[in-house]
Amino acid sequence: MNKLRVGWFSFSCCEDSTIIFTELLNNHYLEWKKKLEFVHAKVLKRSPDIIPDMDIAFVEGAITSDSQEKKLRNIREKAKIIVAIGACAVIGSPSNQRNFFNEKQSEEIKSILENFKYKDKVFKVSDIVKVDEVVPGCPMNEEIFLRIVNKYLNQ
Amino acid sequence: MHDINDSFDINLDEVSKVEGAASLEIKVRNRKIEDLKFYISEWKRFYTQAIQGKPVVAAPQLVARICGTCSNAHLLCSIKAIENAFGIIPSPQTMLLRKLLYYGLIIRDHGLHLYIFSMPDLFGKNSILDFDENIPAEKELLEETFSVKEVGNLLSIVVGGRSVHAPMPTIGGFLKLPKLDDLKNLVPKLNEIRPKILKLIKIFAEAPLNLKTSAKLNFSSLVSPDFSFLEGKLKNSIGETMLTNELSSYLETVIIPYSHARGFKLQGNLMMVGALARLNLAKDNLHSKTKLDSAKYLSFFPSTDLFHNNLAQAIEMLHSVDSSIDLIQSLSIINDEKPQKLIPKKSVGVGTIEAPRGTLFHKYEIDEHGTIKKAEIIVPTGQNHVLMERGIFEQTKKLLLEKADKEKIIFEAERLIRAFDPCMSCASHFLKVKWK
Repeated sequence: MNKLRVGWFSFSCCEDSTIIFTELLNNHYLEWKKKLEFVHAKVLKRSPDIIPDMDIAFVEGAITSDSQEKKLRNIREKAKIIVAIGACAVIGSPSNQRNFFNEKQSEEIKSILENFKYKDKVFKVSDIVKVDEVVPGCPMNEEIFLRIVNKYLNQ
Repeated sequence: MHDINDSFDINLDEVSKVEGAASLEIKVRNRKIEDLKFYISEWKRFYTQAIQGKPVVAAPQLVARICGTCSNAHLLCSIKAIENAFGIIPSPQTMLLRKLLYYGLIIRDHGLHLYIFSMPDLFGKNSILDFDENIPAEKELLEETFSVKEVGNLLSIVVGGRSVHAPMPTIGGFLKLPKLDDLKNLVPKLNEIRPKILKLIKIFAEAPLNLKTSAKLNFSSLVSPDFSFLEGKLKNSIGETMLTNELSSYLETVIIPYSHARGFKLQGNLMMVGALARLNLAKDNLHSKTKLDSAKYLSFFPSTDLFHNNLAQAIEMLHSVDSSIDLIQSLSIINDEKPQKLIPKKSVGVGTIEAPRGTLFHKYEIDEHGTIKKAEIIVPTGQNHVLMERGIFEQTKKLLLEKADKEKIIFEAERLIRAFDPCMSCASHFLKVKWK
């Protein structure tokens, strides 16, 4: 059986779903070692500079800069399926809290946004690319995640 | 002729097997470092702004989202700051349960770092998942990795309702208390992982890695009699003791223009916080069983070898197991305590605890309605940043003299960064705050 080629990517977020994922490995590593090939997962391994072709890309976090947008578009080109993981990827919050800042708060962060070339607003993943599946929750809902993984493992 | 190994550029966009995003740039010309920049490339989410105008009751769960790795550290630090502001003294049962929640975090989080991030390097592997379950020794390490982490995870789930962003701890107590039986059932599991952690301690004690910086180093941490991470006085290796609410005036901010986070120095010296600092300053306060069974390796401390941070983390995991077993065994009943009432008043509250990676500081200015007007947060990775860059510089210089090539320099730099267990998710959200 060919292994499913998967990637795990984190954009702007607290990476809580990455932690949930590494804790899910506690009880699933034997099965996933056999069935999944992690072709790009910075939390698990030194990963290639060029994003490889993938069956599934799990994408965590919101998009706050042009460089992140470019990388996300690249992931979309390389992945057959994109799964948005956790609240920041799925609905943008809470990483998009600067979108709702008042004038005083916006003034306080203005120079940083300019110096480091942030986007004007923070975006959820589906604002930028087509998303095939979503795992909501902060952190992600483990049951929904496992259901989606199993769905593709059994296809 | 110029050798291609004499002049090259390293541009490592994303350091692997760390929490969050960090980058490294090194420019080498004729085997000399012309420029070296280690920086946090994590984009800010502006938590210290976002918290302005929020009611204090909302603060702990909001700031937990600063970091998924050590969310429960931010949660408990925030709760402590607010309790200090309003003069709420948590009950002994609340403190006991918070400590248990926290030991679960230490086992899980140090476990993630040592087993998943650092151990593969020691065995010449890229990933823990490259260990082969058909080779007995590797199969054993795989099993140990995931069973040890799982017990830490379970401990946090039983006490806090979830291991990440625990929903039950709140200002003045717990929204829902754990069941005594569920806690008691963890004791055999904790006993089961004890020998596995002893093996982990041995692995990191015998790891052939070392780096001492030539510049003077000042260690800093909270020191408590029971090494519980949540209480105590700030101490440093010069012998000073500080009140915990003085941290922000005691550190000197170092602005690193190319980084998304600020760094810190302590009285002009390089500083380090985290497991190595804690063991250097307070190893005598570890659990008696931990001291007994790791005596051989505890004699390495105090140490200025940066790689001993990993060994110190492994010893803290054992201490967390031993302390948890004691705390659970001391419980005969869980009293049905409701969270204490909060009566808002105009005040300033400071919370300081030892996060897994070092001293964490939350300070809130609160108005008479219980609304947060201003916040400052100082995280451990910021305090270690200047030293990390210095360590990479000194190590790279040494490797260049030894004729190491570019790949070797990158590998060793990543390994050293990893030894600090930096948390970039935490590091990048805060702006310097001016207090009146």
